[in-house]
Amino acid sequence: MNAPILSLITFAPFVGALVVLALPKEADRAIKWVALVSSLISSVLAVIALAQFDPAGGLQFVERVRWIPALNVDYHLGVDGLSMGMVLLTALITPLALLAHWKLIEGVKLFFVLFLFLQVGMFGVFTALNFFHWFIFWEIGLIPMFFLIRIWGAEERHYASLKFFLYTLAGSLGMLLAFAFIYLATENFDFVALQQQAASGELRRALGVLVTDIERVTGSEWDVGTLLNVMFWATFLGFAIKVPIWPFHTWLPDAHTQAPTGGSMVLAAILLKMGVYGFLRIVLPIFPDQVVANLTPLLLLAVASVVLGAFAALAQNDFKRLVAYSSVNHMGYAMLGIFAAVAFAPDVKDVVNEKAAALNGAILQMFNHGISSAALFFLVGVVYERTHTRQLDEYGGLRKVLPIYAGVLGISMFSSLGLPGLNGFVGEFLVFKGAFPVVPWAAMLSLIGLVVTAVFLLQMMQKVCFGPLNPRWAELPDMTGRELFIGAVLMLFMFGIGIYPQPMLALSNDAALWLIGMFEQRPDAVLTMVP
Amino acid sequence: MNPVWLILFAPLGAAAVITLVTQRWKMLSAFVSCAAILLGFVLSVGIFLQQGQWQSPEPLRWLVLEGGWVIEFGATVDRLSVLMLLVVTGVGSAIHIYSIGYMRGDPGFSRYFACLSLFTFSMLGIVLSNNFIQIFIFWELVGVSSYLLIGYWFERPSAAEAGKKAFLVNRIGDFGMMLGILLLWTEAGTFSFAELPERVAAIPAGTLGLISALIFCGAVGKSAQVPLHVWLPDAMEGPTPVSALIHAATMVAAGVYMLCRVAFLILPSETALTLIAWVGGVTALMAATIAITQNDIKRILAYSTLSQLGYMIMSVGLTGITPAMFHLTTHAFFKALLFLGAGSVIHALHHEQDIWKMGGLWRKMPVTFVTFLIGTLALAGVWPLSGFYSKDEILLLALKENMALFVVGVVTAFLTAYYMGRGCFVAFFGRPRDRHAYEHAHESPLVMTAPLVFLAILSVIGGWGSYVPHFLQPEGHGAHHEAWKGFLLLLVPAAGFGVAAWIYGRAEPSDEPVKAALGRLWNVLENKYYFDEVYLWIVRNVQGAVASGCELFDRWALQRLGVGGLAGVTGLAGKTLRLLQTGNVQAYAFVFGVGLTVIIFYVVVR
Repeated sequence: MNAPILSLITFAPFVGALVVLALPKEADRAIKWVALVSSLISSVLAVIALAQFDPAGGLQFVERVRWIPALNVDYHLGVDGLSMGMVLLTALITPLALLAHWKLIEGVKLFFVLFLFLQVGMFGVFTALNFFHWFIFWEIGLIPMFFLIRIWGAEERHYASLKFFLYTLAGSLGMLLAFAFIYLATENFDFVALQQQAASGELRRALGVLVTDIERVTGSEWDVGTLLNVMFWATFLGFAIKVPIWPFHTWLPDAHTQAPTGGSMVLAAILLKMGVYGFLRIVLPIFPDQVVANLTPLLLLAVASVVLGAFAALAQNDFKRLVAYSSVNHMGYAMLGIFAAVAFAPDVKDVVNEKAAALNGAILQMFNHGISSAALFFLVGVVYERTHTRQLDEYGGLRKVLPIYAGVLGISMFSSLGLPGLNGFVGEFLVFKGAFPVVPWAAMLSLIGLVVTAVFLLQMMQKVCFGPLNPRWAELPDMTGRELFIGAVLMLFMFGIGIYPQPMLALSNDAALWLIGMFEQRPDAVLTMVP
Repeated sequence: MNPVWLILFAPLGAAAVITLVTQRWKMLSAFVSCAAILLGFVLSVGIFLQQGQWQSPEPLRWLVLEGGWVIEFGATVDRLSVLMLLVVTGVGSAIHIYSIGYMRGDPGFSRYFACLSLFTFSMLGIVLSNNFIQIFIFWELVGVSSYLLIGYWFERPSAAEAGKKAFLVNRIGDFGMMLGILLLWTEAGTFSFAELPERVAAIPAGTLGLISALIFCGAVGKSAQVPLHVWLPDAMEGPTPVSALIHAATMVAAGVYMLCRVAFLILPSETALTLIAWVGGVTALMAATIAITQNDIKRILAYSTLSQLGYMIMSVGLTGITPAMFHLTTHAFFKALLFLGAGSVIHALHHEQDIWKMGGLWRKMPVTFVTFLIGTLALAGVWPLSGFYSKDEILLLALKENMALFVVGVVTAFLTAYYMGRGCFVAFFGRPRDRHAYEHAHESPLVMTAPLVFLAILSVIGGWGSYVPHFLQPEGHGAHHEAWKGFLLLLVPAAGFGVAAWIYGRAEPSDEPVKAALGRLWNVLENKYYFDEVYLWIVRNVQGAVASGCELFDRWALQRLGVGGLAGVTGLAGKTLRLLQTGNVQAYAFVFGVGLTVIIFYVVVR
């Protein structure tokens, strides 16, 4: 066992936050630098981890320490192909979000401390393998974001922050209850163990014992299948709100629109992925039978996210709200890929390959959306700082005064639109390529979304950048060096992944196959996850 | 290294260099861009001369996933692609050079050439693709370059709107194409053009027809066939050389090329062939009828492009792959020539595009006039110019295969000669109608006239000896066995020109003589059969309604009822639970203790 690299990644920002706390309130520059450097330390460590990462090696960098013996809780960390990309994404986006607020004046200390805490929470969620501390990190992600929106948000920040908080909290309550039941039945919080028990049928048996106990005590009649189904839907709801899957998304437009730029970037790029990741790490492995049994409604919800999210975006006149709705639409593609990957389709030729395409596509889509949505929210912030409006019909012709900005916005827009050559296309194409043979109806309906996505994105571009210049903006300065740097880093990934996506896919492919194998009832595949 | 890679990637390199490095030095940017495509032309000619020793380079493995399925990035070198390479780089070179003159003084000069190079790269990518995914990727990339170039003068709302329209209409076609590709994948299990032909036989006829029809949707979008033709006339908002290169000679022909490339899919399916042939025929006739009412010189040419593309598509539908490619080639020559000629006129008249403001220009612009006339005659299909040979192949094919479509083709040919004659007579002959414009008019500089002459020569000789069809089909291309029928068909354009000369020989702008004669029909034609109006209505009322419906649903149903209801329940629960909150610390501690005991009891004792 080498250095506990995952713990270091997770807690470097925490140390940074402590240092910032010790600094005097006025030391703006020092605070910003400490925050950025501690965040970057995580990034460097994440790159080191990536260099040593073996995609075929299952869970790696495992740290396992007995923590609360009485509750059978271990401090258990590890990453595999499902989470490695998300760790990298967090390591990439957070420093950029900090940099986006480099000119912040008010409440600098609190802002950067909260942001670092947020980063701890995000890393924690993607590395934890035990529900106990995973849930703590999950909730940690919530609180700093609540304050970031509430203190540094726009006009309706109070409403938006409360809504965000209540929604997510309400979602996690059901999940907590479900895990309380699981714990009572198995005395285990460990994802790996639970996954194995679910695969071997042990989980259901243990719940059966629990149910007979409850029946004995209460005298009422319980059914294990129903209980599992209720637990599944409770957990589903917790993640569905986070993703967000239609119709659990209504917190998102408000929260995104009101959050400060960096908050929106992180919210869209990473926090939403915590929901999708929850499906990959928790829902699919622990409730496989329930997922399969409920596949049709699940697919319907994914399709609804794609199509209705796109149409709702079309109706927006608020730049930021439009980008926010595009997240609902884009996460819908990821969910489509994930659900297609577990569909039961014995008639399809080479079904594992199709499912692998769909699931890899979905995982890549998570990363891609992280890049493009962070870029778009950042760019909304850039123009908002200059114009103090988000209304699309008040812009117009900005390309004339902000040519660089228009270029960056154009490329980010096309990345989001799924233009070949940029990152978005690869993920979406793989999702469709894999989903079409397995669940043709869902894929076909979602293809409509591709057209509508193009409509609202091009309309946005036209309203912001083209047409005659609104004379109010004749004096606007173009992007600064710092702003261009943030855009350039993100564009580097857009082009990089778009032109040569292979490394990203290689990262996730084995883990995707493992997950698919579980659903194809291949016991040999199940065992490979054991570290 | 195989030279085709250099042909393909040189323009991409040029686009990148211009964007990142040479933006500021306009002439250098133009030089880089022109050098890239000229290099491509020279190398293409080199490849052409090495007939018989062609080798497709080893494809790169772009995407590898489980189960060994690979998406390749390859380059096909065969007769079809070499012909297209020559057309794209040859006509493209002429238009690149012409652009130096035409775009001189434009503030976005460098950006223009970067986009042009990006387009060239994308177009060559389509030509060279060896599988469906690769062709789709480049298909979308030409769409983007077209979007960027149509909206080049982005401050003009009409230009921005036209760019968006082009992209979105194409996207609808691509939606069908993607569906077709995915369906083909599920049936055949490969994307590769090399592997597909042998697997197509195993696909049931009905499914194959559906696949062909869906993939044809892509061509309907890109090649602007009915009902997705509406974007092309609006695309004339772009600079004229762009209209020549992208919206006349090359990109819009990509749909035809793609169908020829995947002929193995289409030819076995009777239903798909019938559909394709009729879509082409209807487009040809409809666009020609619209063209007779247009007054904007570029729009006349745009509708004529639609009409000629209709011929090509119709030819594909009548199983005439070779005639379609033949007409594609000659059309690229004379239509690029016509657009560049129109551009020369527009340039001379300071962006005047209305033919009724021209007149008598032949005296002022002799080179432009002569070359434009050559283009017109070639387009109308007059012997011995190139259009005669290629159009006759299509018409004679139709005569053999489908009498109704033959009639459509002949009527279209008559209308073509008529509206081109109208344009020529009004713009170049007669008395100058706008004195001011006329006095300003001057012949364009050499950098613009030289490409005109080059393309005029090609337009003349492009069909001689039926070289193109022989090149495509060295064995068994039946040349004009019934040449007399072809010469009989010469009466058609002659009649067209005659009618045009008779009506428009000395027409004044005030009297559009045909307008009164056609009455209400003229209005229908002038309004392009109201396609745009219908589509706009659909967009406003259907798409708009769905969008506002979604928005309303979010705002009201979900917010007020769902979430509001939830808040109500929460409030109620809160009030109930408040009864439990006595504020008594001992009570809390007691409840906490009981709860904990129950859990521990359960865990430990059970």
